[in-house]
Amino acid sequence: MLLAQLTDACGGPGHEEQVRNLLRPEVTPLADEIRTDAMGNLIAVRKGPKGNPHVMLAAHMDEVCLMVTSIEKNGMLRFRPVGGIDPRVLVAKSVAVGSKQIAGVIGAKPIHQQQASERERPMPVDQLYIDLGCTSRDDAGRLVNIGDYAYFTTKYEQLNGQLSKGKAFDDRAGCSMLLDLLRRDHNVAISAAFTVQEEVGLRGAATAAYDIQPDLAVALEATAAADTPGAPDHKHATTLGGGPCLTFMDRSVIPNPKLVRRLQTLAQQHGIPFQMRRNTAGGTDAGSISLSRTGVPSAVLALPCRYIHSPVSLLSRADYHHAVELMSAFLHSLAESEVDSL
Amino acid sequence: MDIRRILRSLSASPGISGYEGCAADVIESACPWIDESRRDTLGNLIMLKRGSGPEPRPKIMLAAHMDEIGLIITKIEKEGFVRFTTIGGFDPRVLLAQEVTAHGRQSVHGIIGAKPPHVQDPKERSKTVPLEDMFIDFGFASEQEAAAVLTVGDPITMRRSAVDLQGSYMAGKAMDDRAGAAAMLECLKQLNRMEHTADIYATATVQEEVGLRGAVTSSYGIVPDLAIALDAGFGDMPGVPDSDTIQIGHGPGIAIGPHVHPKLFEAVKRTAEEWNIRYSLEPSPLPGGTDTFAIQVARAGVPTILLSIPVRYMHTPVETLNYSDVAAAGKLLAMFTASVENGFVEGLLCY
Repeated sequence: MLLAQLTDACGGPGHEEQVRNLLRPEVTPLADEIRTDAMGNLIAVRKGPKGNPHVMLAAHMDEVCLMVTSIEKNGMLRFRPVGGIDPRVLVAKSVAVGSKQIAGVIGAKPIHQQQASERERPMPVDQLYIDLGCTSRDDAGRLVNIGDYAYFTTKYEQLNGQLSKGKAFDDRAGCSMLLDLLRRDHNVAISAAFTVQEEVGLRGAATAAYDIQPDLAVALEATAAADTPGAPDHKHATTLGGGPCLTFMDRSVIPNPKLVRRLQTLAQQHGIPFQMRRNTAGGTDAGSISLSRTGVPSAVLALPCRYIHSPVSLLSRADYHHAVELMSAFLHSLAESEVDSL
Repeated sequence: MDIRRILRSLSASPGISGYEGCAADVIESACPWIDESRRDTLGNLIMLKRGSGPEPRPKIMLAAHMDEIGLIITKIEKEGFVRFTTIGGFDPRVLLAQEVTAHGRQSVHGIIGAKPPHVQDPKERSKTVPLEDMFIDFGFASEQEAAAVLTVGDPITMRRSAVDLQGSYMAGKAMDDRAGAAAMLECLKQLNRMEHTADIYATATVQEEVGLRGAVTSSYGIVPDLAIALDAGFGDMPGVPDSDTIQIGHGPGIAIGPHVHPKLFEAVKRTAEEWNIRYSLEPSPLPGGTDTFAIQVARAGVPTILLSIPVRYMHTPVETLNYSDVAAAGKLLAMFTASVENGFVEGLLCY
């Protein structure tokens, strides 16, 4: 399953090469044209009949990770998060550092040697470090460099029932969905953009959209599910297994209402479960795509994902399947639409 | 037999206090150098390697605890999420976003979760998540689904395979005290090629983390003339003063304190020096934390000593050690136990 390979691969913002290299051979036979741009976006073009709309589908290849910011005298690595990571999830995890994927761990002071008051406060990032088992700066410096990314080492796995476990479902799940969509024939012009640097400000999508000049766009994403104990019902932003999520607004975009309505109607017509995202936090590639050139009508279709931006997250394969079905129905509907109808 | 590889598999084996059967099986099956083995009522694994001296031979007890700290199920929620408490001392801060395995009717894997940060108010985000607010997500959709597999009281272990770091460093769960068990196996392996007078009772004890309990019954049953406990000691790390740690990669720590017999201490130290085995001295003003403390007061009393394998990040799922320390501890144990004869044992009782 490509989703497994895609999530096990490492690709921090600006260093998406592993993911790109997995996708390129898969996409090439499915596309009429393939290109990469100056930022590293991978763009696959499927031609369609003239007169129908040209749709851009975007999924980002990058993931949140850590950056090595200094190598200490004792061989320990100091780091900072790249993208939004709650520092509380970093403690006592294993990581792989740099292009050579050197194994390391983020340790913590033994409970026996702490004051009781220490345990009331989270460990701040500036007190954490990565231990490679090196005993000096020289030792560590031969293996890693300042600026190297460190990644969680979680492996993809299917859990009970319909759930999958892994890191970086945000947004390798989107990449995988986009690939699945390209494998089907929709008789409409599609530019599939596997974008870079979403986690640091939706940056790849901006240049990709400028290049593609789509008539409309949908960002395929993973979004936080908060359907867990401790979160009151009204704060369950999305529910795992409740179907793919449509966004009415997030921090980066107010999706085009006609597009959202069309997706809702299609889901209802085809009996595909879906849910509205009950939260406006976070940003997506749709934000920068919608502002491209003179503007692009854009929407977001996202998979609910528990424990997103942490070392290990969960998604529902039923949601995944329903998201692909809904997007596929949408693409078919475009083949019967005029550009102006949007 | 590569004992480093055995340590890796021991580290991954589940065995929280009271549920050590699996770890015991791994140790026993990795140990062809013994004459007999038995398990006592509490589950201690006692492996005897007979000496070559005439009877009565000195009886040396080696003790490494095979239990690990872990979690236990306290409640299954309506939505299928599972609440838990800790067995042994876990800092709740190391538990978030860990992968775990619950050992119920079958073994199932899950993730420790908490209220997501984006639905926490900023005040909450600057605080530690309390243990009672965490839960485990096994992907069950309902209480009923979860209850078909799991029940209150089922043990849970961290799910993590040991990783090799640079040099001889390794990181993984339960190095406290599977590292001690590995040192004990290293010792038996070396003794197998040596002459030794004494009978060696290599004991993998249970329930150390909840109060040195296995050491109590096993030492009563063995009636040793002297005992050497092997446990994990605090390895040096940033943020902890050097005076409270032993240096990792520089051999085992030899403890000094009320739980250590002075003559035994001198003899073990001398053995290390004779054989050029590196060691650190580990002052232990609070001696209650290892099996040594229980064995010392078994029956009418036992001369005891403690060797410590330096382990960093103790009681986290990434306990880190340098295998050379395990090997050195094993060698020191072998050299010392091979040197023990009746005269030495009698001398221990002369104050």
